[in-house]
Amino acid sequence: MTRKQRRAAFIAVGLAILALAVGLVLYAMRDSIVFFYSPSDVVEREVAPGQRIRLGGLVETGSVETLSDGAARFNVTDMVETITVSYRGILPDLFRENQGVIAEGMLLEDGTFAADTVLAKHDETYMPPEVVDALKRGGNWQGEGAEASHAETYGQGSYP
Amino acid sequence: MIVEIGHFALVLALAVAIAQTAVPMLGAYRRDAALMAIAGPAALLQLALVSLAFAALTWAFLVSDFSLKLAYDNSHSAKPLIFKISGVWGNHEGSMVLWVLILALFGAMVALFGRNLPDTLRARVLSVQASIAVAFLLFIVLTSNPFIRLDPAPFEGTGLNPLLQDRALAFHPPWLYAGYVGYSMTFSFAVAALIEGRVDASWARWVRPWALAAWLSLTIGIAMGSWWAYYTLGWGGFWFWDPVENASLMPWIVGTALLHSAIVAEKRGALKSWTLLLAIIAFSLSLLGTFLVRSGVLTSVHAFAVDPERGIFILGILIFFVGGSLALYAWRAPLLKTGGIFAPASREGALLVNNLLLAAATAAVFFGTLYPLLLDAVNGPKITVGPTFFNLTFVPIFVVLLLLVPFGPFLGWKRADIQGAAERLMVAAGLAFVAMLLAYAFMWEGPWLAPLGMALAVWLVAGAASEIAWRIKLFSVPLTESMARARRSPRAAWGMALAHGGLGIAVAGIVGVTAWRAETIVALAPGESTQLAGYTLTLEAVGMRDGPNFEATTGVVRIDRGDRFVARLMPEKRRFPAERQEKTEAGIHTNWLSDIYVVLGDVAGEGKWVVRAYRNALAPWIWIGGMIMAIGGAISLTDRRLRVGAPVSAKTHAGARPVAAE
Repeated sequence: MTRKQRRAAFIAVGLAILALAVGLVLYAMRDSIVFFYSPSDVVEREVAPGQRIRLGGLVETGSVETLSDGAARFNVTDMVETITVSYRGILPDLFRENQGVIAEGMLLEDGTFAADTVLAKHDETYMPPEVVDALKRGGNWQGEGAEASHAETYGQGSYP
Repeated sequence: MIVEIGHFALVLALAVAIAQTAVPMLGAYRRDAALMAIAGPAALLQLALVSLAFAALTWAFLVSDFSLKLAYDNSHSAKPLIFKISGVWGNHEGSMVLWVLILALFGAMVALFGRNLPDTLRARVLSVQASIAVAFLLFIVLTSNPFIRLDPAPFEGTGLNPLLQDRALAFHPPWLYAGYVGYSMTFSFAVAALIEGRVDASWARWVRPWALAAWLSLTIGIAMGSWWAYYTLGWGGFWFWDPVENASLMPWIVGTALLHSAIVAEKRGALKSWTLLLAIIAFSLSLLGTFLVRSGVLTSVHAFAVDPERGIFILGILIFFVGGSLALYAWRAPLLKTGGIFAPASREGALLVNNLLLAAATAAVFFGTLYPLLLDAVNGPKITVGPTFFNLTFVPIFVVLLLLVPFGPFLGWKRADIQGAAERLMVAAGLAFVAMLLAYAFMWEGPWLAPLGMALAVWLVAGAASEIAWRIKLFSVPLTESMARARRSPRAAWGMALAHGGLGIAVAGIVGVTAWRAETIVALAPGESTQLAGYTLTLEAVGMRDGPNFEATTGVVRIDRGDRFVARLMPEKRRFPAERQEKTEAGIHTNWLSDIYVVLGDVAGEGKWVVRAYRNALAPWIWIGGMIMAIGGAISLTDRRLRVGAPVSAKTHAGARPVAAE
């Protein structure tokens, strides 16, 4: 094999692997991207039942109940619209009323949301940025609370 | 006072690092031995100063000095000792100091053990290393000062996030950072080599131990993190394709590629510029990982708005080191002499394909992790790229790679006999086929792909074993001679076989957990039971108990299989009053083939409790496999030929062993 042929072989292998990677990424992009919606978005944009989405907002105070079969039910609100979420599973440790939450799953025909994943991460002062945004858009962002204390925990470090 | 001494030491370390950056580099340029000689002592002094700063910080946590803001924010006097110590790095500022400490430690190791390096190379490596320290020390001192005092001093601290109060997680960051920072060494060597304009076998000999050590630390760090996620998050999963996890996975994959290409660079003098590029990318991704996690960029690019100063500083460091090194690469790399031509079917060719596949896998993870951030940054829709994406991209690429892994060690340098390699792997292929049939026969209820996954796992383990069997001529010569051959085989060969075999075991665990999990969720009153995959789970009682800094609701769950008692598990919900948080402790029983995993949930009315239980088939193998890989790395590291400071001339070295070790 000449030097030229050898080089061509390596380039061919490299391009094949590149094509494989690009092809896989493009294919995966088609249906494994999940969009984020606030309760108002869900109502306004008429999200179709069965479409996989992330729903984010605050857990409505007093709405959390554990059903006798072990499932949990709570309302997610952005202070404008409210959607009832059902979840079969154990809620995360940081799940709390009047705190930010993200539920992943799909809308059912009756307008409730069936979640298979519930995320409530980080510490008690943390609010998922998507939720902050959703609340701001709904005009219900109280500002000082979550973001300020977050900044305090991780932010200010003035040098004396 | 001690805190102020620590602060002062940190600022002094910055001054030393600046000197260490500038003077040896100038010395190497002017070939001035006196200027170059400053590098060594400066690196040691820098280590001493950063150690002092870190010790001062640790002291404040140990004695619960809450006049230190960092201790107030992240500690509590009632916390167990081990978590007082781990609290030092369980936060942004402290973890950056740990980062710099490891950086200084590694720099000092080059200074101490690198006496046989060419003077100019050594001076330049230490100078580049110090420039990284300058950037990080500036970052700490200007934006993330850990030594801020509170006046008046609070009486009690606010505690450490309970999720971080865990034995495995306490040592997860140091291992992870040792890995990230280990790649700073290969980076420094790469940049120094570009400046020198020369990459030779002795350069590669120096880079390989660092690449291996960094890879090994990162493997342990990632395995610990994943194990922690498994038993503490209460979901029974081991990997979630969370951006934070991906941030540590990317340097690991590129580091794996670097580990392999450095072999080619050392043994054959080929793939030199590619190795340099990998060294640069591995550290760039380590930097990206550190900062994505530490700056909060990951949760949203808007975290920049929360603290613009810190975010912009981060971006500056990233652009400077990544951009600078890549520009240097573009300018200098074409000047490097390439050597060692080889046929496509050869050990070199196999390692190149390994590298290309690893690079493609990294690119897929990179895209899936950063695309949502980019979209958010340009105010596009908010999206999530979840596990589905990575399963469809990363997994197929890796499967192709894993299929090829057992071939590599059987291929000779320059030009290889593929047919011969295939013949030697017949036994392994047969075993894999049998494993697949057995899996189809006994686990027919699972997904149809799963038995193929098991075949892949057996293929890897049996392939690694075949290589050792071939090396020691098992069964073709008398057993005593095989034993003698085994003893004579270089440790690197054993290390490689262990690492590849461990990979197979981890693959088996991943396939088992993913495909053959059984789960149930029920509300049980004490005395009631439920069935799970042939086991009977009985909630015997629920009680309260007090821990050192928490109170717990403990469930007692008895597990029986038929009439046979198996285990009694105590899943808990712990409440930490100081931190006002809860934490789940799963109850896990393992028989090393599968785990029974029980989580206690909330009260479900009428004296019932929610109980969630999983049977995770082969789950322990994931971490056993990871540990075997790390042990393989460690054994390779002790190979005499990799031992730093044991020079062997390139000539005798290349000719000494006809069967190459790696």
